[in-house]
Amino acid sequence: MTNIEKYNEAFIESFGVTEEQLPGLAYQEIPEWDSVGHMQLIAALEDAFDIMFDTDDIIDFSSYEKGKEFMAKYEVEL
Amino acid sequence: MAFWNTLERFGERTALITETGEHIAYNALLARADEIAGAAGSRCLAFLMCRNCADAAAGYVGFLRRGIVPVLLAENLDTSMLEGLLESYRPAYFYLPSEKASELSGAMVWRGESYTLLRLPYEQDYKLPEELALLLTTSGSTGSPKLVRQSGRNIEANTRSIAEYLGILSEDRAITTLPMQYTYGLSILQSHLSVGAAVILTDKTLMDKEFWALLKEQKATTFGGVPYIYEMLKKLRFDRMNLPSLRYLTQAGGKLPKELAEEFIQTCKRKNMKFIVMYGQTEATARMAYLPWEHAESHAASIGIAIPGGEFWLADPEGAPILEPETTGELVYRGPNVTLGYAENRFDLCKPDENHGELRTGDMAKRDAKGFYYIVGRKKRFLKLFGSRVNLDEVEGLLNRAGIPCACAGVDDRLDVYITDGSLLGQAERFIKEHTAINPNGFQLHVIEEIPRNDSGKVLYSALGARP
Repeated sequence: MTNIEKYNEAFIESFGVTEEQLPGLAYQEIPEWDSVGHMQLIAALEDAFDIMFDTDDIIDFSSYEKGKEFMAKYEVEL
Repeated sequence: MAFWNTLERFGERTALITETGEHIAYNALLARADEIAGAAGSRCLAFLMCRNCADAAAGYVGFLRRGIVPVLLAENLDTSMLEGLLESYRPAYFYLPSEKASELSGAMVWRGESYTLLRLPYEQDYKLPEELALLLTTSGSTGSPKLVRQSGRNIEANTRSIAEYLGILSEDRAITTLPMQYTYGLSILQSHLSVGAAVILTDKTLMDKEFWALLKEQKATTFGGVPYIYEMLKKLRFDRMNLPSLRYLTQAGGKLPKELAEEFIQTCKRKNMKFIVMYGQTEATARMAYLPWEHAESHAASIGIAIPGGEFWLADPEGAPILEPETTGELVYRGPNVTLGYAENRFDLCKPDENHGELRTGDMAKRDAKGFYYIVGRKKRFLKLFGSRVNLDEVEGLLNRAGIPCACAGVDDRLDVYITDGSLLGQAERFIKEHTAINPNGFQLHVIEEIPRNDSGKVLYSALGARP
């Protein structure tokens, strides 16, 4: 799996959404991406890429696109 | 006198702090509270849809002060569940966020910043007994009409006890992390107001940066958390955060895994904070037990001891007290905070005190030689999803009535729904998401060949629970 596939898969698995729904997807815009879902997403991404997010990045991780920007910081190229 | 009738003595001290940083003094809170309740007039039943905001808190305080009995409801209640509750209880008034008021037929009698008080057209064909002060839901996410009847004496006794054992100071500022209709959230509001302390009101969660900014700006000294909040704090690396205003944290709403409890005890110790594990139920107003901080390290998996004014004993299967330590039995609590009983509809509201100060908790526990209690299991068919109680039989009933035969089991924070007809999978998922307030991250559907039953046809839930 490529990195972008792994990144997408974390969202798809955590929220039960389809790949088509990912662009523009943002925190609290669907019932599944609430604070509980957010924790599951962060855990899924940390597992998939073997990284550990900083606190500020977890709470700034507000959309599918915004998250992509953070991944670079953890040396994950999408 | 009950604390809500003597709040005037705190005068210009700050009672509430809003998300925008506005400080509302006790005098201003009471002026608003009494105006709202005054618009409703005399003793009656009122629904209150909760948000962590000043108007909601003021409405609640006003209702208590005027003897108006509120039913506290979650904001995300599905319309059909709400209609069912309205029909079961026929409240005289509904106090709710203004934008939601337009969906209901009723006459507006008061309107504030964000809330509206509606007079509803129901005929009052039921009575409210003198001692009844408050009604709370038992399993709110399924829209169950089963409510816990709390008396003024219950609220007063439990609030005083909590303020005493936590040592809440008038300088304290609690920031909300739980909804107000949830007994743990409500108890934090009440116990702080009872000593002239302040509550910072927000519906932001730990995953919102606004929450942390507000906590820092307004120098919160405490907050409470159910187990998943502590999972979040761990994920957020709470141990590395610099939050010098925090003085202590509390935990309730389900059992924290022992390793997580130990981790937070150590983290808090390093940060010169206290971490207080507690135990309670809506049926006991809010709290029944707490683990004193000086014993936290040596008894990390314990719920501690009974709160001031209460006592525990353990019952064997015949109902006789268990005297030996380390023996499991049903945990029974006695105290002035044991509520009056349940109501299923408006005619039950006038029922007398059915508990007589004693509550069989439905939790299985043991006591060690030093007198500390440990929860080891549950007798009743319910689980906690992110702190809220979900009755498994009620979920089953809802789905069965919707034409989806199923059996429900699971563990805290994960409801497992087993169905046998795979073609109903999508329908079952939609039904739970659309017609219950169960968190979509809190349930999993499983298709199995057959629901295991014993010879008399009863579902063998233990056989379901064994599945991965």
